[in-house]
Amino acid sequence: MSSMTLAQQIITIGMCILGTMATRYLPFFIFKENKKTPEYIQYLGKFLPSAVFGMLVIYCLKNVEVLHGTHGIPEGISILVTAVLHIWKKNMFLSIAGGTICYMLILYFL
Amino acid sequence: MKRRALKAAFPRTIPIMTGFIFLGMAYGIYMNASGFSFIYPFFMSMLIFGGSLEFVCVEMLLSPFAPVQVLIMAVMIQARHLFYGLSMLDKFKGLGWKKYYLIFGMCDETFSVNYTSEIPEDVDRGWFYFFVTLLNQFYWVASATIGGIIGSLLKFDTSGISFVMTAMFVVIFLDQWMKEKIHVSSMIGILVSLVCLILFGADSFMIPTMILIVLLLTVLRKWLEQCAKLKEKEEPTK
Repeated sequence: MSSMTLAQQIITIGMCILGTMATRYLPFFIFKENKKTPEYIQYLGKFLPSAVFGMLVIYCLKNVEVLHGTHGIPEGISILVTAVLHIWKKNMFLSIAGGTICYMLILYFL
Repeated sequence: MKRRALKAAFPRTIPIMTGFIFLGMAYGIYMNASGFSFIYPFFMSMLIFGGSLEFVCVEMLLSPFAPVQVLIMAVMIQARHLFYGLSMLDKFKGLGWKKYYLIFGMCDETFSVNYTSEIPEDVDRGWFYFFVTLLNQFYWVASATIGGIIGSLLKFDTSGISFVMTAMFVVIFLDQWMKEKIHVSSMIGILVSLVCLILFGADSFMIPTMILIVLLLTVLRKWLEQCAKLKEKEEPTK
């Protein structure tokens, strides 16, 4: 359960809306005339996404305790299942569903 | 005019619909399992309308209040939209009021349909884009809200559903990995985050991580661009 007050929750969600809309509307405000995109921005556009998605994988696992409890074994196995399914079948929904069901089953039987 | 545009747009959104029903419902159930009523997924899916950030937002709602960090994270996660906008600058020209909604609703999937669709001559471009955007948003908001409602009716323990977010990012990460020729950036993302997580702890590692990632990419720019050029020469067809 969230420990925030309602106002704090609204601000948090508002920040997500603000961040999203800034990235969506900005190009249309800045590049009204057909100016060329700065090369540095083009470079970041090419290389930043991979790093961000790597970061988000770790973000999802930030509360896993490697030294205590289940030692991150359920997460490890489920990530492996997700990855193997994905490399094998290349079907996003199968991989996500398979990995998640695997995780829920491990939690259930543990 | 509208009817014809809707008829042309709907078939293009069917693959998106199946994906959104699955992920949207999972998102709604996840929010429910995290203790939020269906009102939350309803408003969040409608107003943020960007799947990955909505998942992360749940996690951030459960963490201590940190609005600046949330804003920076939102911009980092959504930064790719900058490039969608750049690609659509010309296509959205002269579409009047519709343009503002099209920009608002331009999530990954809507962008890819609108960007790649060859619109028949007799179909109005503006209305075609409009219906693709509207239909996709409708699928997503409806699925997320329904997920939020049925989440409370499910009799089994749904707490493990939180893993849907991990699995989603693992899949996106893998897709990116298989698509790219050099994996330096992917590895930077994983390693920098891990090191910062160990150094700063779960509650405060994200801001140093994001700063360090951008710094490292900036420092490595010349080298990375050269590597990319060399790889392109090796496999010119790819």
